[in-house]
Amino acid sequence: MLRLWRKIRAHGRVAEPPVGRRRGALAAGLRGSVQLRHVDAGSCGGCEVEIGAAFGPVYDAERYGARLVASPRHADALVVTGVVTRNMAEPLRRTYEAVPAPKLVVAVGDCARDCGVFKGAYGVTGAVRDVLPVDAEVPGCPPRPEEIVAAIRGLTGR
Amino acid sequence: MTRLGIAGGIIQLVVVTGCAPLLTGVTRQVRARLEGRAGQGIGQPWRDLRKLLRKEPVTPAGTSELFRIAPLVLLATTAVAAAVAPFVTTASAIGPAADLFAVVALLALGTATLALAAIDTGTAFGGMGASREITIMALAEPTLLVAIFALSVRAGSTNLAAIVTATVHNPAQVVSPAGVLAAAALALVTIAETGRLPVDNPATHLELTMVHEAMILEYAGPDLALIELASSMRLAVFLGLLATLFAPWGIATTAAPLALAAGTAVFAAKVGLLGATLAAGEVFTAKLRLFRVPELLAGSFLLALLAVAASHFLGAA
Amino acid sequence: MPAAAGGDRRGDPGADRAVNLVGFGLGLAVAVASLAALAVLALPGRLRPAAAGAGTALSGAAGLVSGIAALDGRPFSLGLPGLLPLSGLEFAADRLSGFFVAVTGAVAVPAGVYAIGYLRHSGMSRSACAFLPLFVASMLLVPVAGTAVTLLACWELMALTSLLQVLAEHPRRAEVAEAGRWYAAMTHLGFVCILAALMLAGGGSLTAARHLPAALAGTVFVLALAGFGSKAGIVPLHAWLPRAHPEAPSHVSALMSAAMVNMGVYGIIRTGFWLLGGGARWWWLLVLALGAVSAVYGILQAAMSSDLKRLLGYSTTENMGLVLVGVGAAGLFAGTGERVLAGLALTAVLLHVAGHAAFKSLLFLSAGSAAQRAGTRDLDALGGLRAGMPVTAAAFGWGALAASALPPGTAFVSEWLLVQALIHGLPGGGTAAAVVLPVAVAAVALTAGLAVATFVKAFGTGFLARPRSDGAARATEAPVSMLAGMGLAGAACLALALVPGAVLPALARATGMTGAPAVTGLVTLRLSGIAGELSPLLLTLALLAVMTAAAGWLRTLPARRARRAARLWDCGAGPLTARMEYTATAFAEPLQRVFDDVLAPETGIDVTHLDEARYLVKAVEYRRRVPDRVERRLYRPVLAAVHAWGTAGRRLAPGSVHRYLGYGFCAVTALLIVLAVAR
Repeated sequence: MLRLWRKIRAHGRVAEPPVGRRRGALAAGLRGSVQLRHVDAGSCGGCEVEIGAAFGPVYDAERYGARLVASPRHADALVVTGVVTRNMAEPLRRTYEAVPAPKLVVAVGDCARDCGVFKGAYGVTGAVRDVLPVDAEVPGCPPRPEEIVAAIRGLTGR
Repeated sequence: MTRLGIAGGIIQLVVVTGCAPLLTGVTRQVRARLEGRAGQGIGQPWRDLRKLLRKEPVTPAGTSELFRIAPLVLLATTAVAAAVAPFVTTASAIGPAADLFAVVALLALGTATLALAAIDTGTAFGGMGASREITIMALAEPTLLVAIFALSVRAGSTNLAAIVTATVHNPAQVVSPAGVLAAAALALVTIAETGRLPVDNPATHLELTMVHEAMILEYAGPDLALIELASSMRLAVFLGLLATLFAPWGIATTAAPLALAAGTAVFAAKVGLLGATLAAGEVFTAKLRLFRVPELLAGSFLLALLAVAASHFLGAA
Repeated sequence: MPAAAGGDRRGDPGADRAVNLVGFGLGLAVAVASLAALAVLALPGRLRPAAAGAGTALSGAAGLVSGIAALDGRPFSLGLPGLLPLSGLEFAADRLSGFFVAVTGAVAVPAGVYAIGYLRHSGMSRSACAFLPLFVASMLLVPVAGTAVTLLACWELMALTSLLQVLAEHPRRAEVAEAGRWYAAMTHLGFVCILAALMLAGGGSLTAARHLPAALAGTVFVLALAGFGSKAGIVPLHAWLPRAHPEAPSHVSALMSAAMVNMGVYGIIRTGFWLLGGGARWWWLLVLALGAVSAVYGILQAAMSSDLKRLLGYSTTENMGLVLVGVGAAGLFAGTGERVLAGLALTAVLLHVAGHAAFKSLLFLSAGSAAQRAGTRDLDALGGLRAGMPVTAAAFGWGALAASALPPGTAFVSEWLLVQALIHGLPGGGTAAAVVLPVAVAAVALTAGLAVATFVKAFGTGFLARPRSDGAARATEAPVSMLAGMGLAGAACLALALVPGAVLPALARATGMTGAPAVTGLVTLRLSGIAGELSPLLLTLALLAVMTAAAGWLRTLPARRARRAARLWDCGAGPLTARMEYTATAFAEPLQRVFDDVLAPETGIDVTHLDEARYLVKAVEYRRRVPDRVERRLYRPVLAAVHAWGTAGRRLAPGSVHRYLGYGFCAVTALLIVLAVAR
């Protein structure tokens, strides 16, 4: 326990200064508080690692009012990664239906935007916009954590 | 119902209901800073509640009126407990309801109603959360009641106002062996009943590790806002009980406005300090396996029994 | 030594008859019951349920009136010397008897009304219906028995009529016969213990204090505790309770659990405080210890049980255990001279008896209704009943709240009073009290916590969520008479929960502890002599006020949206079936793990392999049972010993007439020799 305390004292604050703010019209409705529910529709795992880093101590997306939650009923926005595979199309729709209004969808990564490298594969239904209405997109394969944090700032307005 | 009691009751209800989210914010911020993050800011739970109140409430198919009433019952029991306990003044708003057993039973009623609502959803997670929460509550009850027994031996009554007044007039009994043991036992029970580490992780996403969160997976919008507010108020009530029973100095004994203001400020400071200590302790603790929690609660029960024995055999009363 | 309230109840000399409202009510009750029994035997099949049920209810109402009159203080005594040879029957009532008569009558009213509808659908035989009113009448007579012989006669009558009721459904199910055998054997063993105790004490009046030597008094008390305790369902003599209650018809279960077990408590109080006049300290420590063990063991078994009525039966053991904790504490306090605390403890006991009668009858009536309509008692096969049977579900929910010692509830107030008595007994009690009382408080607290778990399990898995079997899915609401019975019991629960102060002064006077009533006040209960007050009514009003205010505030929010009905969140995959819900067994599993050493569950796994390849598994069967450990450890060896003696004794009767004649000759010769020597 003492060792942990010494490590905390040694590292101090790890979070980097805030990145530039993405202006968005969506921020007005939520006013500084967004709960996000992540759905993996068929991703390779790369975008998940970057999202994990975005909510980690270094980039700390939570300071802008965002939080990852476990149930879509607690969420305001769905964060969808990966291309929409055939088996995940219906669960994705049901997850969207379970979110209470007003709701948003953020497509993270090139696969979620336009199928990326998996375009035309046999198990793929389409991009996220073919299944759900998408409100914000984050390009990149995988997108950098700063871009994910900037997209979240556009949602919360903080 | 004296003027002091009514004034205290109103102030407490307003302060606890309004500032309990602030307490949650403080615990999250302390935890964030210790983890090296920047944190959300202590006002974030207020923003979350404001947003939740504007969202759409959802009734899942197959649930009944019990599911819809449970958040109201949970909030009502916590609010009544916050109003009648003597946090800011030594008198209580509803004297005959300020018995320590009554307050404990009220909080248990809230938990039981939420557990029933979780079972009513018919999902496996709801039943699992209800089963675990009820088990922990059943095992924490003996410790609570025996600790109350230990506290009431000196004061001659289980009425909260009487215990607080006795402690104010006789500060030495707080550092007596009985007082220290009872405080340790009550601290462990507080952690178990409010669902903090090491008993339950309030920030977990893995349903199989959830206890409290699993019961509320189906709630949305204003229902969820009521439940989150009630959870924060429950933490405030338990920490307030710990502070007032073992460190009641600064509490208002007259109805003068200055005394009331000072009592409120001291209460807020004490609860904030306890909350920050709790959060700091959580950073160094890992969650216990569910089947190790009864061992923790058995240990706290033993401490409570020792407190009663000490208050009788070592007591000067 | 605590003085009994009335000493010898013989009243003024020369007058052994005092006919007043008490006597009139009792006489009316017996007359109505007999008439109803005859009517059931004579009437055609369609009218029999109505006759039996109405007769029971009217008999109970008359008993209730008579009990309230006796509780109020009217004296009653009646001698019928010709009715039994050698000693005749004598009846006399004081306030304590009046209380138990009133409780029995009050339970019989909803049970009788309920039986009108239940009997119509259950098709019981004529004799079973006929003995129902007689069962109630015999229960009404037990507390007013004035002498030992009268008590034993009424006790046996009560046992026989109840046995006939328990066996009422035996043509339908085989388990009923076994339950009846257990019940008959144990109730008669109890009868023998009571007979021995009362005969050792010298027979005669039950309220005149005897001054017996210490060893004899101790033996009498232990025998009486065994006999009356078995009737009350106290561990270790409780084994009949979880067997007889599930197999009996529901109104009979309600009568047995809510009225008959009180007779055991009555017997212990009467023997300990009145007949033996207080007694040694170890008696009351024994009572308290047995009570604490029964309470914890009973609720633990109830928490593990997945049979709805067996759960309620074990809950009766738990509540009677709490009652005995109070009785033991009262005895301890009376022995050290703290009459106020003794009075408080006994008042808590009587309130708990009354409250338990109300909520247990409500629980059994609603559980019986649910079991009859759904076709099963198994909690793992019930569920979703609130959709088809909303009133029954609400009734069971209300009873569950009352039983789990949460406010607003009847058990909350009586357990508060009991714990106050235990807590305030610490300063004056000495070392023994300092060890025993905290453990007693801990036992009461553990019981309260486990009771919440048990009733959340019973109500949640039995009535909420979705049905787990076809029978539960098809269940419809019970007929009006059954709902009316539940409504009456529910109203009694409500009254006792919110304004117990209306009956507490009368109960305090009934305890027989001289001094000011221990609890006063109608809206706020105040303890006299010690600091403590509680107001269940104000608490409930405060809760309702905050709930209404919160609901109203939510409605007035400017940005509120309409509520949407949505699909259950099942993580997006296929629909959730009823099989995926948590069952009652699953709900209780964490508790079972915690108390593994006490419960000792038996598990068995059978693995069937494929014939062709021993590495591949065709089927796995897993069985788990939580047995009654007291039965295993205590009863099995006794029954095995009895069986062994019986087998050995068979050798004495090989069938030869010469040997039997030889036995007779030897016995007569030995008797003559003994008489000659003893002269």
